[in-house]
Amino acid sequence: MKPYLERIKNGLLTENPVFVLMLGMCPTLAVTTSAINGFGMGVSSLVVLAVSNLVISLLRKIIPDEVRLPAFIVVVASFVTVVELLMEAYIPSLYAALGIYIPLIVVNCIILGRAEAFASKNPPIVSLFDGIGMGLGFTVALTIIGAIRELLGNGSVFGLQIPGYEPMAFFVRAPGAFLVLAVLVAIMNAVGIKNRANKMTEGCDGCCASCAAACDKKEG
Amino acid sequence: MSSLILIIVTTALVNNVVLSQFLGICSFLGVSSQKKASLSLGLAVMAVLTVSSAVANLLYTYVLAPLGMDYLKTIVFILVIAALVQMVEMYLKKNAHAIYQSLGIYLPLITTNCAVLGVALTNVQNGYNLLQSIFAGFGTALGYTIAIVLLAEVREHLDEEAIPAPFRGAPIVLLCATLMAMAFMGFSGLA
Repeated sequence: MKPYLERIKNGLLTENPVFVLMLGMCPTLAVTTSAINGFGMGVSSLVVLAVSNLVISLLRKIIPDEVRLPAFIVVVASFVTVVELLMEAYIPSLYAALGIYIPLIVVNCIILGRAEAFASKNPPIVSLFDGIGMGLGFTVALTIIGAIRELLGNGSVFGLQIPGYEPMAFFVRAPGAFLVLAVLVAIMNAVGIKNRANKMTEGCDGCCASCAAACDKKEG
Repeated sequence: MSSLILIIVTTALVNNVVLSQFLGICSFLGVSSQKKASLSLGLAVMAVLTVSSAVANLLYTYVLAPLGMDYLKTIVFILVIAALVQMVEMYLKKNAHAIYQSLGIYLPLITTNCAVLGVALTNVQNGYNLLQSIFAGFGTALGYTIAIVLLAEVREHLDEEAIPAPFRGAPIVLLCATLMAMAFMGFSGLA
């Protein structure tokens, strides 16, 4: 049981995808206009991450090395489509709120990143738990950012109105997203939580799974 | 004609892909430390986005929609974009080596640049025809280039400033983006 719990802890804290690895910035900024939207996006990504990690790990010995990235993308895109259709059918309000960002889970760096860095090298069950851990970390981060923006910009949390507070709509608009994230990362820097944020100046250290390909090319 | 110009203005300025749609944030933050590199990336995105918008539109109109396979569009589009980027890369390597030298390393970055997939999907959502899709793709890439080059310009000057320690690195870049996003909100009356 220990390695599984360790994967969960790793995703939630040690390698939190948003606060520590600074991955998946597009949905992090775009859908966190309210706590529930952030939570919904987090859970959708969690499901895709967990299932695609499991399947990619099961297929890891069959997929030839040269075509592994396209193969991973097909697996991830299939599960994203499944999640999208399920959400359209059962939670239409969330589907409408998240809009184009649901199909865009396909290009979320976290998912391809975990497939490449973990699932393609480890047995299925551990990979499943790695996906769940990372997904939980992503969900927690998005819910926190969503709650902060909703509180400041709309005067409510999870739709519950806080009485006697004059909301600043700025925080639910586009610039508010950048500002909240900037301040959160600065706070983490100030209290000494190590993250990769300061490495973001170089393309190769900074971001996505695709950078790995770019860096191979640069060196090769 | 005026509707096409309106599409360019809307996609490049009013709904700026980075500053109001939050697409392509990874490369916006990652490759904006030097103006020259960010301009190269912007041009590469422009080439890929214009072509991919056209290809995605043709595929959707003549293959996916008639066959009733609308739900496959995410998978089909991402594969087409990945293949297209590979082809652009191969073409440049063979026929325009100088351009390849300066853009080459950015091309793989573009495959998972969510702006490319985002525009293809938005075009379908808006029901754009071929010409409108191409203009929307070009306009979006233009907006991306404007944003990333402006940010790079600001960042080149940041090095000389005394920034409080916790804000060094990512936070100050995000703060610059905040101010730019506020400025771009001013365009919202245009279209």
